[in-house]
Amino acid sequence: MNDLTPTREQRTAALEGMGCKRKRVEDIRFTQGKGNYVDDVKLPGMLHGDFVRSPHAHARVKSINSEEALKVPGVLAVITAETLKTVNLAWMPTLAGDVQMVLADGKVLFQNQEVAFVIADDRYVASDAADLVEVEYQALPPLINPFNAMAADAPVLRDDLTGKTDGAHGARKHHNHIFNWQMGDKDGVDAAFRKADVTIKELISYQRVHPCPLETCQCVASFDKIKGELTVWGTFQAPHVIRTVASLISKIPEHKIHVISPDIGGGFGNKVGAYPGYICAIVASIVTGRPVKWVEDRIENLSTTAFARDYHMTAEIAATKDGKVTALRVYTIADHGAFDACADPTKWPAGFFNIVTGSYDFPVAHVNVDGIYTNKAPGGVAYRCSFRVTEAAYCIERAMDIMAQKLGMDPAEFRMKNLIRREQFPYTSALGWEYDSGDYHVALQKAMDTVGYAALRAEQKARQEAFKRGETRELMGIGVAFFTEIVGAGPSRNCDILGIAMFDSAEIRIHPTGSVIARLGTKSQGQGHETTYAQIIATELGLTADNIAIEEGNTDTAPYGLGTYGSRSTPVSGAATAVAARKIKAKAQMIAAHLLEVHDDDLEWDVDRFRVKGNPEQFKTMTELAWAAYNKVPPGMEPGLEAVSYYDPPNMTYPFGAYICVLDVDVDTGATKVRRFYALDDCGTRINPMIIEGQIHGGLTEAFGIAMGQEIHYDEDGNVTTASLMDYFLPTAVETPVWETDWTTTPSPHHPIGAKGVGESPNVGGVPCFANAVNDAFKFLGSTHIAMPHDHWRTWTVADKLGLHA
Amino acid sequence: MAKTHVTMKVNGAEVEGLVEPRTLLVHFIRENLQLTGTHIGCETTHCGACTVDIDGMSVKSCTMFAVQADGSDIMTIEGVANADGTLSALQEGFRMMHGLQCGFCTPGMIIRAQRLLQENPQPSEQEIRMGISGNICRCTGYQNIVRAIQYAAAKINGVEFKEAAE
Repeated sequence: MNDLTPTREQRTAALEGMGCKRKRVEDIRFTQGKGNYVDDVKLPGMLHGDFVRSPHAHARVKSINSEEALKVPGVLAVITAETLKTVNLAWMPTLAGDVQMVLADGKVLFQNQEVAFVIADDRYVASDAADLVEVEYQALPPLINPFNAMAADAPVLRDDLTGKTDGAHGARKHHNHIFNWQMGDKDGVDAAFRKADVTIKELISYQRVHPCPLETCQCVASFDKIKGELTVWGTFQAPHVIRTVASLISKIPEHKIHVISPDIGGGFGNKVGAYPGYICAIVASIVTGRPVKWVEDRIENLSTTAFARDYHMTAEIAATKDGKVTALRVYTIADHGAFDACADPTKWPAGFFNIVTGSYDFPVAHVNVDGIYTNKAPGGVAYRCSFRVTEAAYCIERAMDIMAQKLGMDPAEFRMKNLIRREQFPYTSALGWEYDSGDYHVALQKAMDTVGYAALRAEQKARQEAFKRGETRELMGIGVAFFTEIVGAGPSRNCDILGIAMFDSAEIRIHPTGSVIARLGTKSQGQGHETTYAQIIATELGLTADNIAIEEGNTDTAPYGLGTYGSRSTPVSGAATAVAARKIKAKAQMIAAHLLEVHDDDLEWDVDRFRVKGNPEQFKTMTELAWAAYNKVPPGMEPGLEAVSYYDPPNMTYPFGAYICVLDVDVDTGATKVRRFYALDDCGTRINPMIIEGQIHGGLTEAFGIAMGQEIHYDEDGNVTTASLMDYFLPTAVETPVWETDWTTTPSPHHPIGAKGVGESPNVGGVPCFANAVNDAFKFLGSTHIAMPHDHWRTWTVADKLGLHA
Repeated sequence: MAKTHVTMKVNGAEVEGLVEPRTLLVHFIRENLQLTGTHIGCETTHCGACTVDIDGMSVKSCTMFAVQADGSDIMTIEGVANADGTLSALQEGFRMMHGLQCGFCTPGMIIRAQRLLQENPQPSEQEIRMGISGNICRCTGYQNIVRAIQYAAAKINGVEFKEAAE
């Protein structure tokens, strides 16, 4: 060894492996406008499709007349449900076990529902012609309020379900009922409530919102009549599942379907499902023999594809008078819109809503969810969260605050008293989840210490006194939220989509020169997978990240996987990546032993090489071993150096965090100003701290949008009144607060690298934290629960109702 | 529909084309000129993904007709990199400060930030936030976009940029 030999630390740093703030590979193309998104795909002879949509929320379709539309030069065809019936595609299966109209079949069930699909050689012409399709409707009474859905005289929405007393998830008790889902110990909960010193009960509604990625949903379908093969480029978070679904419903063999997700402009759950636009574009391409592009506009996006939430949760907590929780009971009305098109694992009609006991040691709990139909768009996707986890976190975090208020306890102190203790992990919750790991008290204490919690409460007290004396018109709110997520779906024993277990995959191939290509079953929509998966491989195999190419999204080349949503990429495909790398490493060790003429067990791993134990000068680097794998393998060993892993996770992962928000409310304008937002996240092993921080900033900003202004709102006639960015709140740089991020590290004990996933945590924890802060500002005036979103008008209204404007 | 002949300078090159009077500038740029770095996010002037620079002003090209841009001088994201092909100070700043994730807003954001720094070479944080408020990002929460623009401003002004500690 001489002075020029790199040290162990230098060799480690050169890899740019796990734990380093590696700059993103993707940015080179994105900063130069050289990304390749779906609308950038242009094929010779490509046609464009556009929808005729329903102006009514609920109506019979009496007739559709396409005569005038077909006269427009450049129009090739107008597809209706009648056309689709000839190929048995007027309806399509949903991921939730329901069926959904592709095009209106006799009725429309929500405003802007797809009625006809116009195909033309130009997108302007398609739009012109769509305006000329004459549809005659007979309006029917709309059902908008979910609480009226199961009234005896409620309108019948789904004629197709007449007489069907069973749905995909058991018995239906009303013509607008989809499912009832219960979990937990009902009798035990009833008994605990009878004995309780203190109880609270509150209706906590989480309004309907929309993920609204900046790129809308879109696709290009191209059917090759000669080969009988279909290629679809689309905004698909789960391309392999889309291919399987396309094969099952089109009867085209799966190997003759090529699904490609190119660069995706944000997903947030919006791009998991299958939408009528995809089906229509595929059918149109099969019919015309030419490629067909379908691109949603923003109004179509907000009003038809994939809403989220619309959960109306009545939460009850029982507690002792000294502040120990003894039971939780939650009854939920879940508004699924016109079709049950939730993108949940098949056996979970309410997602993982039974994470609703949160981070607290509830001895018993019971949840009861009724899913119902209304005349609203279908969806119910996991908007930047695991399935129904943000609903659960909002519910329990509001309810805990309300109980603390009733007990006269500080909300942080009340949480400290009830958090699951470190020594209780692995912890089985009253609703059946096994929390893998956690160190909750340390996290909350760190958060409180960092923000100076006691001093903030003292300041708030002084401000309240000043307010009462009329010296200020501002109220100060301090929001505390402690959340536990459940991500990384999931184990095959309880998670599947349409019967396909929710494993995920990685295939790694080492080339002779030591450069690498790895392909995965997930699909990045901005998470930076090309950067971070390479970091895992770099650390595992001792090869530099810059020499590792990551590919996703092409079903022909990538191993089968279930896609990216529910923070599952790192917990599942990240694990597969490590497992595949370890298979390669094991083979490399045998090759190294052969070359160094020692036994396998006489070797030890050292950053980027195997060396002989006790003789570190004797070593073979991974780069050398890659070359040797193609020409000097031990006798009897196959040449080559590659591996694949299909990883079936033994458990979910449970990231958690402690968030604190400080804000001021002007009671005369309703305006709120976030003074400080501190987010401590524990996502286990941290792969790239820069990307983690970016994910948290983004998730908090989406949480801010949801809590402070977002709502997909319908008027009583079923008109969606928030279907453009004029009406639907997306925070700009001006409103968005400054974020402070922090962390603790509690690795997952069952994940190969200890990582838990992080992208959705800030949304799950952020929403209740903002809501708790606004509520906290008003609670000394006797207010217990204010519904989201906390926009200026609503907040002003709250102040007005409390008599603050008298 | 009858077509109109338009000529303009785009990223320094003279271009021309036949467009319908109703053809949006963003479609002319993306479809006729094949410059697909300019994106469409809302078609209603709210999101800023389609921002291009026209005669020294940031313009949302989804609500301008191509015929209105006849004779103008336009820069799109494809014209931002340095002449030698290296990333401009802003492009570099966005990468170094992790100012992008999905990349869909990025071209419009960089084009806007470039004009902002020409209008105000040393903007405060608040001036940056106000200056990019016509451009929506759904991924980053803006904090790192602000830092990216500060990084670029420092580099252009030849002063040291102090990266905030995580």
